[in-house]
Amino acid sequence: MTAVTTTPTPTAIASGEPPPVRRRRRLSPGRRLPAARLAGPLLVLAAWAIASAAGQLDPAAIPAPWTVLRTLGRLWTDGTLPTDVLTSLRRAAYGFTIGLVAGVLLALLSGLSRTGEALIDGTVQLNRAIPTLGLIPLFILWLGIGETFKIAIIAIVVYVPVYLNTHAALAGIDSRYVELAEVQGLSRLGFVRQVVIPGALPGFFVGLRLGVTGSWLGLVVLEQINATSGLGYLMFQAQNYGRTDTILVGLLIYGVFGLVSDSAVRLIERRVLSWRRTLSS
Amino acid sequence: MAPHTEQLTRPATAVQLRSLHRSFGERTILDGIDLELPAGQFTALLGHSGSGKSTLLRAIAGLDHGVAGSGQVAAPRQVSVVFQDSRLLPWRGVLDNVLLGLDGKDAARRGRAALAEVGLEGRERAWPGELSGGEAQRAALARALVREPELLLADEPFGALDALTRIRMHHLLRELWERHRPSVLLVTHDVDEAIVLADRVLVLERGRIGLDLTIDRPHPRSYREPVLGEYRERLLGALGVTEDHR
Repeated sequence: MTAVTTTPTPTAIASGEPPPVRRRRRLSPGRRLPAARLAGPLLVLAAWAIASAAGQLDPAAIPAPWTVLRTLGRLWTDGTLPTDVLTSLRRAAYGFTIGLVAGVLLALLSGLSRTGEALIDGTVQLNRAIPTLGLIPLFILWLGIGETFKIAIIAIVVYVPVYLNTHAALAGIDSRYVELAEVQGLSRLGFVRQVVIPGALPGFFVGLRLGVTGSWLGLVVLEQINATSGLGYLMFQAQNYGRTDTILVGLLIYGVFGLVSDSAVRLIERRVLSWRRTLSS
Repeated sequence: MAPHTEQLTRPATAVQLRSLHRSFGERTILDGIDLELPAGQFTALLGHSGSGKSTLLRAIAGLDHGVAGSGQVAAPRQVSVVFQDSRLLPWRGVLDNVLLGLDGKDAARRGRAALAEVGLEGRERAWPGELSGGEAQRAALARALVREPELLLADEPFGALDALTRIRMHHLLRELWERHRPSVLLVTHDVDEAIVLADRVLVLERGRIGLDLTIDRPHPRSYREPVLGEYRERLLGALGVTEDHR
């Protein structure tokens, strides 16, 4: 009787316990720990605080967590930090919005018409081959060193992944659905609206999340190269004066930006693609 | 033009094929098929896999773009197709799937009625991913019927279902046919399915209709009816399956 058994927990047989009500998949990593996503960061933070308190860390290289928080409070109340944060946010928001709209429009034009594809797809693929940050010198000469050039670079960083993923999703629509639309007598517009676009949304969201990440990356690089305001500029100045605490404040805020925006996109994705949850759950 | 008014509303012939040829590259799939399906008849089309059953169905449905061939196809305007997979759009709820391509104020009510008819009342808002295989195929049937087709083409619609679900779906399909009376062409490789459901069975062999058998038995039919055994023998014979093959 013990030679072949399909009961998942051998220990339960041995001790004669009733099988657990909620059975677990044998190869799954097990039940999720509470607040699993916070556990790692909190541990690092605790280690940092303990090491600082014990005097094991050079305060000039890595200041204590409370020093960073105090600096944050000081920079916020004395007036420079809020303006810097707003400036950075505005750049990222403009660049991201323009990039998003351009990426989606180009993907639609190229994904839904052969002419569009011939004109657009090759061009974007070529654009993709050139690292966008490598365009900075050229763009400074064209657009000057002001806001326009920064927004333009961020927009390019964002539009590329949005375009690529949305276009791939539009072009890769299942031919069985095309046949279905034909049988159901959908018009071309109805087909695009009811089959192609909803079918391409998962791909679009992949591009969107890459675009969001890209916009922050572009922002950091641009602000540290040649800016006279913004979060990156603040950090660049701090580097000149050896203020590690200010640099950490900047990194902290960048981190919060990234985390909040990514969570927001994920939340929207979950709402819009709620039909997908039935497959994964 | 036609003097007979009934012929205007319901022509006696639903499908008419004249010397239909279809080929893929060097291979001839349909080799001059002449066929008439009277309006309202339940016909099954049997054949080996690769015999061209689906090609014939797709030719009638007008879905065979880019396939080389000749001949004439006359089919009604209102044609619905049920595929082997339910082909529900995963991002639309069940009712919205049934209503795909349908408009008008009345559409939602008709969609609900069609879902009720296939036994999916109360599942209107479910996602297709939440349905079982049988339920999904029922939804596909509702989507086909809500358009009140003159011709219903079904391409192995029960091929992916388990045996018990399949028997239940047989009853449902026959019931729906009796209520709505569309012409049905059911493509299948299952001899028993053809015998139990259809009033006429065609066997497609080497690109031609090898056997055209009328099954004149009352419905509902049971698989165990001894008389049906004779039909089965003839059909298996036409398919080239003889006693020593079994």
